[in-house]
Amino acid sequence: MSVVQIGRSVVDPCHDQPSARRTYLIKLAMVALGVVTAVFAMVAPAAAHLPAQTDSESIPELRGTMRTVDEGGESIFVEGINLTITDASGAELGQAVTDADGEWVFELPEGGTYEVFLDEATLPDGVPLRNPDRNPLTVDVGNGASRTVLFPLGDAAVSTDTTIEIVQLTVDGIKLGLVIGMSAIGLSLIYGTTGLTNFAHGEMVTFGAMVAFLFNVTGVFGWTTSLIVAAILSFIVCGVAGGLFNAGVWRPLRRRGASLIAALVASLGFSILFRYMMLYQFGGRAKLYKDYQIQEKVDFGWFSIVPKDIFIIVFSVAVLIGIAIALQRTRAGKAMRAVSDNRDLAESSGIDVELVIKWVWVSGSALAGLGGVLFGLTESIGWEMGFRILLLMFAAVTLGGLGSAYGALLGSLIVGIFIQVSTIVIPTDMKNVGALLMLMLILLIRPDGLLGRSERIG
Amino acid sequence: MDIGAIFENTMRGFIGEQFIFFALAAIGLNIHFGFTGLLNFGQAVFMAAGAYGLSMMVVTWGLNFWVGVFVGLVIFPFILAVILGAPTLRLRADYLAIVTIAAAEIFRIMVRSPTFDRWTGSSDGLGGFATDFYDLSPFDPSERYFFDLFIGNQMWVVLIGWIVLAMAAFACWLLIRSPWGRVVKAIREDEDAARSLGKNAYWYKMQALYIGGVFGAMGGMLRAIGTQSAQPDNFITDVTFFVWVALILGGAGKVLGPVIGAAVLYAILNFSDIVLRQGVESNNIPDSIMSGTQVGQVRFMLVGLGLVLLATFRPQGILGNKEEMALDDR
Amino acid sequence: MTADLPANDAVNDPEAARAAMRDVAQEPGVAKPDPILVADGVARRFGGLTAVDVEHVEVQRGIITALIGPNGAGKTTLFNLLTNFDTPDAGTRTFDGNVIDKVPAHKIANHGMVRTFQLTKALSKMSVLDNMMLGATNQRGEKMWRSMVPFSWKQQEAEIELEAEALLDRFNMLHMRDEFAGTLSGGQRKLLEMARALMVKPKMVMLDEPMAGVNPALTQSLLQHVVGLRDEGMTVLFVEHDMDMVQEISDWVIVMAEGAIIAEGPPGAIGSNQAVVDAYLGSHHGEPLDLDADI
Repeated sequence: MSVVQIGRSVVDPCHDQPSARRTYLIKLAMVALGVVTAVFAMVAPAAAHLPAQTDSESIPELRGTMRTVDEGGESIFVEGINLTITDASGAELGQAVTDADGEWVFELPEGGTYEVFLDEATLPDGVPLRNPDRNPLTVDVGNGASRTVLFPLGDAAVSTDTTIEIVQLTVDGIKLGLVIGMSAIGLSLIYGTTGLTNFAHGEMVTFGAMVAFLFNVTGVFGWTTSLIVAAILSFIVCGVAGGLFNAGVWRPLRRRGASLIAALVASLGFSILFRYMMLYQFGGRAKLYKDYQIQEKVDFGWFSIVPKDIFIIVFSVAVLIGIAIALQRTRAGKAMRAVSDNRDLAESSGIDVELVIKWVWVSGSALAGLGGVLFGLTESIGWEMGFRILLLMFAAVTLGGLGSAYGALLGSLIVGIFIQVSTIVIPTDMKNVGALLMLMLILLIRPDGLLGRSERIG
Repeated sequence: MDIGAIFENTMRGFIGEQFIFFALAAIGLNIHFGFTGLLNFGQAVFMAAGAYGLSMMVVTWGLNFWVGVFVGLVIFPFILAVILGAPTLRLRADYLAIVTIAAAEIFRIMVRSPTFDRWTGSSDGLGGFATDFYDLSPFDPSERYFFDLFIGNQMWVVLIGWIVLAMAAFACWLLIRSPWGRVVKAIREDEDAARSLGKNAYWYKMQALYIGGVFGAMGGMLRAIGTQSAQPDNFITDVTFFVWVALILGGAGKVLGPVIGAAVLYAILNFSDIVLRQGVESNNIPDSIMSGTQVGQVRFMLVGLGLVLLATFRPQGILGNKEEMALDDR
Repeated sequence: MTADLPANDAVNDPEAARAAMRDVAQEPGVAKPDPILVADGVARRFGGLTAVDVEHVEVQRGIITALIGPNGAGKTTLFNLLTNFDTPDAGTRTFDGNVIDKVPAHKIANHGMVRTFQLTKALSKMSVLDNMMLGATNQRGEKMWRSMVPFSWKQQEAEIELEAEALLDRFNMLHMRDEFAGTLSGGQRKLLEMARALMVKPKMVMLDEPMAGVNPALTQSLLQHVVGLRDEGMTVLFVEHDMDMVQEISDWVIVMAEGAIIAEGPPGAIGSNQAVVDAYLGSHHGEPLDLDADI
């Protein structure tokens, strides 16, 4: 039953989806989403769903969260919105007001049909109701059920020119791809050098974002610092954490000759353990860094972008070029590639494989942490962010070819751009679905990835 | 400390609904992993297939309850097995792991999306599809049964659940002792050997994925019936790991392993849950250390920790013996 | 010894087949009087490296053919290509008159060709008897739905069990029938794998290094079993490093080097073939190759 409570507080199904396009988007999405959806669509809905009857002893209630999204995509929760609730006969039952977290709750006398009216005068300036014609809303509530009422806020991003939209989305996609790529290098190199499919890698991304949050917002013994310093500290902390993780867990497991399957299952265990530890500590609600939140967009004609995103793109490219040079030119980098290519050969030619693996863990984790900070900066920091990105990393790494650092990068860019551009046809809240379906498709057509070696057995 | 409540809750974990749902799903996973060696990390999606197969047929499309049961147990798992299996079953084992986790995420996103609200009820889910089931109940909903552990409707779910569970375990036993079971075990041990002897490994893996998925769907459908709602949050990715812990705890590759594992797991989880909850409510555990919502998170940590410890120290589980089947074979 | 053994209904007794080989020219890719397996233009490249490039090779029915060559000659790769465990970049393969290029690996067994593996694939967490019974083809109980109705397959299962026991008896392994295959020694696993292959009732058995890692005490018995297969009418193709074995039991030898067939001939003559000597010892060596030496 606790499953219910955890998921609910975190994910807000209301997203910034242009409503005008919704109807045809649904149709397009159906084509794209294939078999399952086709089955859904074959029979027309014969009856509306009934609200869930989760707990027969609780009081029925209406609830909701009012939030809007700023230019960078972050949520802003809106306080002080008035809602009026009337019953089926039209009698007013009372009012609800959103709190600082944008939440409101209204307890009902019994299940039934109710109408919720949002007082648009209480909305802040520049935050309109997205669908003014869907106010008031009529909702059915079961006895003892809690029913979420959705009022999407904020302008739908109206775009007039598809070309410009595609350019804009491609730039967004490059940014996303670079962040995924930075995080995925570690995943790919760890796989290449040790054979471990490390499902706990996503938690290092979350950890990085949260360590930076700790130094930037929460404070350590009351001391806070700028996000840049916090990011550097987080980079170091994650590197150390990765090194300790390897030394404390994975190296002993390798020494004992544990199988890769057992290691994979253990990594999944760590993933869920760390994820919920971070939820426990950080709470379920997404948070933002103190710095660089409200910025004016710079208009480049074809696209516009906030300065922090320019910084993220330039910085990521610089870091990734640095990594490429390091892998290509330095002894440590060459050793990493050699071990990743052929472990036995590398070992017999005198490379200290365990040392290389240690540095792969340290650098891979530090980069994952950094990726987490950047991701937290462009979107928001939440306990599940790493797990979400992990799946995109898998898509990217599979696309590029498992075990290859450059493949991981190329795959990440493709996945990032694909995700963003696909929102032209796929509703934004389902954009990751496209990337994950692409992952399945790649496996079907070209399982070795674009740059990978042949591993096919059948 | 209310010892009576602690004991009652632990017992409910040991033999009650939650145990039954997860034992069924774990029997399915046992066919996947324990016998065929498939790394399925999306058992929650198969469970959801059962839950949503039933509830959508009844609520969304107004069809008969038993049609819903058929669709949820036979059709949806079949479609799912083909979608998951076709791209991955020819590839190295970890690809199936990645794709099944991805499928769980796809499911979560799609079923919560307002876009499909009129079919799935998005995050509120679907309800009110189980009246036909409860109409058959011989138990009085206001009475308590079986040492006062279960109220009437619960008792009906538990009774049917136990019958289904016994039948599922028997079916699994039949499958595994048959020549079919011999082939899938051979595939688990060495796929190439099986192929060199004329067995179509791909096809058998697909069959195993399907039949294991059907057991998963049974668990999920019963869960939906028991809670009288099909909700996305009951089938999120992490639910799969409860099934995995149950399986490995009891012993993968043993017919009764998943049943015993699920019982022990839910006894432990319910025990820790109630003890912590009582501690929080009585303020023996101060709010600064743990709040009411955080109690629910502890069980996920326990499951994660359990997976780590089992994978590292006792891959063969409670029942298993290392000669026959252990997690760390390959 | 009462095993209902896979007698090849065919044509030949082994003596006749061996006699027919006397007139075959000793050159690579030569045509045989009664080939069961033919590969034509088969090539396989890994990246830029050509692992196998065989213009033409035939394997005579009813005799024991050895496939030898120095390390890295492509023997095992060719083996994989012939049994469709690997797909060639080019070429045609014909088995028993049927083109098998598009036949999936598992169906090759149903055509009557069974292989073993260099690294033995005994299914170690299954009993010896289960290993054997797995080999039987067309088992009714292997259908998923039917498997849950035991009386529909129990009868056949009993027959298969008798067959398996008879074969185990012949390979002197009956006393181990209930042990896990993982507890067997290396040589016993090789024996088990060979016996298991016979459960398929093949026309042709392909053995990948049947002697590798076998305790010398078991070698003789293994050799006799291979010879026994031929004497019952089966065709045997084996890859081997051990020259003693090649000399002792093979009727014909095919030599590979650098992915190509470089020589063919009867075992007595192959050692003095210049191409073979060059391949094994480098091209500047003048002496005839002493195949009795351990290479």
